[in-house]
Amino acid sequence: MDLTLYVWRQAGPDAAGEMKRYEAQGMSPDMSFLEMLDVVNERLILEGEEPIVFEHDCREGICGACGMVINGVAHGPQRATTTCQLHMRQFNDGDTIYIEPWRSTAFPVLRDLMVDRSSFDRIIEAGGYVSVSTGSARDANEIPVPKADADSAMDAAACIGCGACVAACPNGAAQLFTSAKVAHLGLLPQGQPERLSRTRAMVAVMEDEAFGSCTNHRECEAVCPKQISVDYIARLNRDYLKAQLLDPNAK
Amino acid sequence: MQLDAKIPTGPIAEKWEKARFDLKLVNPANKRKFEILIVGTGLAGASAAATLGELGYNVRCFCFQDSARRAHSIAAQGGINAAKNYQNDGDSVFRLFYDTVKGGDYRAREANVHRLAEVSVNIIDQATAQGVPFAREYGGLLANRSFGGAQVSRTFYARGQTGQQLLLGAYQALMRQVKAGRVTLHARTEMLDLVVHEGRARGIVTRDLATGDIRSWSGDAVVLATGGYGNVYYLSTNAKGSNVTAAWRAHRRGAYFANPCYTQIHPTCIPVSGDYQSKLTLMSESLRNDGRIWVPTAPGDSRRPTDIPESERDYYLERRYPAFGNLVPRDVASRAAKKEADDGRGVGPGGLGVYLDFANAIERLGQDAIAARYGNLFEMYERITGDDPYRVPMRIFPAVHYTMGGLWVDYNLMTTVPGLYSIGESNFSDHGANRLGASALMQGLADGYFVLPNTIGDYLAQHMGEERLETSDSAFTAIEDDVRGRTRKLLETNGKRTVDDFHRELGLLMWNECGMERSAEGLRRALAKIPEMREEFHQNVRVLGGDQTVNQSLEKAGRVADFFELAELMCIDALNRDESCGGHFRTEHQTPEGEAQRDDENFRYVAAWECTGDFAKPVLNKEPLEFENVKLTQRSYK
Ligand SMILES: Cc1cc2nc3c(=O)[nH]c(=O)nc-3n(C[C@H](O)[C@H](O)[C@H](O)COP(=O)(O)OP(=O)(O)OC[C@H]3O[C@@H](n4cnc5c(N)ncnc54)[C@H](O)[C@@H]3O)c2cc1C
Ligand code: FES
Repeated sequence: MDLTLYVWRQAGPDAAGEMKRYEAQGMSPDMSFLEMLDVVNERLILEGEEPIVFEHDCREGICGACGMVINGVAHGPQRATTTCQLHMRQFNDGDTIYIEPWRSTAFPVLRDLMVDRSSFDRIIEAGGYVSVSTGSARDANEIPVPKADADSAMDAAACIGCGACVAACPNGAAQLFTSAKVAHLGLLPQGQPERLSRTRAMVAVMEDEAFGSCTNHRECEAVCPKQISVDYIARLNRDYLKAQLLDPNAK
Repeated sequence: MQLDAKIPTGPIAEKWEKARFDLKLVNPANKRKFEILIVGTGLAGASAAATLGELGYNVRCFCFQDSARRAHSIAAQGGINAAKNYQNDGDSVFRLFYDTVKGGDYRAREANVHRLAEVSVNIIDQATAQGVPFAREYGGLLANRSFGGAQVSRTFYARGQTGQQLLLGAYQALMRQVKAGRVTLHARTEMLDLVVHEGRARGIVTRDLATGDIRSWSGDAVVLATGGYGNVYYLSTNAKGSNVTAAWRAHRRGAYFANPCYTQIHPTCIPVSGDYQSKLTLMSESLRNDGRIWVPTAPGDSRRPTDIPESERDYYLERRYPAFGNLVPRDVASRAAKKEADDGRGVGPGGLGVYLDFANAIERLGQDAIAARYGNLFEMYERITGDDPYRVPMRIFPAVHYTMGGLWVDYNLMTTVPGLYSIGESNFSDHGANRLGASALMQGLADGYFVLPNTIGDYLAQHMGEERLETSDSAFTAIEDDVRGRTRKLLETNGKRTVDDFHRELGLLMWNECGMERSAEGLRRALAKIPEMREEFHQNVRVLGGDQTVNQSLEKAGRVADFFELAELMCIDALNRDESCGGHFRTEHQTPEGEAQRDDENFRYVAAWECTGDFAKPVLNKEPLEFENVKLTQRSYK
């Protein structure tokens, strides 16, 4: 298939960027989207132009490294699919495809399609864990966990931290990401002792970073490659309210 | 050099306990005087960094991804073994130990494997306490599944995302230490060399992948947790960034590289679809619990699989291995698939595939049960191939997956360079010539949570009160200059071929001559070609752009340059090992049934290679393997 691409090129964090046009000819529908870009890049290098920078690693939809806005949609047209898992059979011969980086103040562009998502790490650092040091754990089967709770925790824990939720949100909010971690740990008995303090700490850092606030657009859920539900945001709000009033660990 | 594996004396079940008692300790107040550099944030690196931080050490931790959470361990699907015997099916520490030594085709060190089996149970406790959402039964207790090569159900899992959940557990523990100020994280930072001074590891030199800055870090000990080198084959199930650079640079600075030829080919991957293929995707081995593998009985049968009647299908694993059937170990399953393809019975493009069929399982258990077990894998398969495995059998074929070889380490996980440790997939320990399914996650976390934090103090205690080397010391600046020189050279070559082009060529050569099957003749062919290809790479590679910016071609070029050197050592090792064992299959050495034929008399040793600077002439050091608790047998899965 033959495609026309418009790709965001930006030489560095402080440089001005622009959309550049490339002809991508002779692509196969069985290629992944990133393989299509690989082929474009190989050709660019041979023509003496620096290749398009984009982030990727596992190419299996699990590491969360990849991510671009494709024709206006984070991770492109296929539901529940990361950019690396998107295949060219989702497009048609002759299509024009617009490719841009995540756009959000909290994720500054480093180069071309690569952005800085370290704000996500700082949200986890604030409290996205159970404080249990190595060696102090009791036998794993001492605390039974209802299967439904374990399954629901797993649904939330499936988040890959790609940032599509923020990129899709008109406000650039990180509620879906934060709520998924709060729910994952808050649904399990192991996460109870710190449940409220964790919620407060993570929300506080989230608000300090350059994310916007959530006004229930639900765009995040629509683009999430792991189909994390916005129900977790409601849960986050409840826990947060409770934490304001009742957190036993608050000073 | 005489290799001393430092295996504690005494009965196998008491060695680890004895070691922990004999190893020197660093008292809590002194721990904060030490700075430990850990390269890697996969299961091994993240768990080690978190635990050492909790103990009170100062830790600096590095990874090349933009976040520690993205290390390649995230991709592991199937599960993690532990000798919990929750299923009451006869499992025990000894059985896990036994299975692992046997599965490794008697090429692993008994003492290490036993320790691994012992601490396996603690890993499950630790991970559960961290909130890892393992699969559970309706009664609320943990669920298990059986996994290739085992007759007991000892594998714990979190849907098809076990690696992700274990890594997030370790990453979260790591972030807790970042908050506590004990660990400093350096993401997007690639180690490009090791600094050895007066015979000891003193630090590393890194490149900041966002700004291009090259700088040094001084530490009291260096830990490499940098993963495996399967990407030497270009196509593998590893993440695109996985590479050998850290381990290889350490090798060039004095660390012996053990058993580089031991690579694992995974039997259940999605076949190649075209020459643009950039990586291969694994379909978890757990699928073999319910899927049945077959090919059409008649060569060249091109009917659709659903049109081929039962009587014209050959379920060749069930036929050849009635006791284990579809659950034979990976190497056996992989070679069997290759044999079918070689005999013209393969399916799909180029005949490079076999079917993995769930029709029976769906009939027996219902589609919902199958979806609950493998739903996400089925979706992944459909996204990639466009076929729905609930209706048509999957097509699978073997692909490079894991490397058992790696840096040689003693019982304490220290390499031959004092002060340099290697943990997780980057070392050679524990899996012998073949790794059993669900054992890499176990080993990475055993090393990081439970072994290294106990053993590293022994070395540090001996250097109490010594000054750390300043990074302004010439020992550091000389190596920084070296690294800058290499970088500059790659940028200045400005040849005619891309890095990927070279990498693909090397990968294909390695797959053909040093892949699923090797022969003396083929290995000699490869050994003649690799130096030529390497030479051409350095003369003719084209890397555009500068070094003071993000430059992904430059990153790749450095890694591929090191793969070219490693490839030669792999072939030398494969040629030297004139026997078949586990994942190393020499066509000259097979039983009449086509199974790997070991030569215990001459090759019951670890081959630890020493770098001499001349890549064609490394020096072989042998660590003999003693088996006191396991009887050497010809593996049989019939
Ligand atoms: C698709 C797939 C599925 C698998 N499934 C299973 C399974 O079900 N069960 C099982 O037991 N095993 C499985 N494995 C194997 C297992 O996942 C790996 O062996 C294991 O996770 C390796 O962990 P590690 O910590 O040693 O290294 P990795 O997770 O590979 O981490 C390496 C780390 O080192 C860093 N690094 C590397 N080089 C440098 C450098 N030069 N500078 C700075 N940082 C560097 C990386 O950034 C990364 O953080 C699977 C493997 C694959 C590929
Ligand atoms: S590259 Fe890992 S999720 Fe896409």
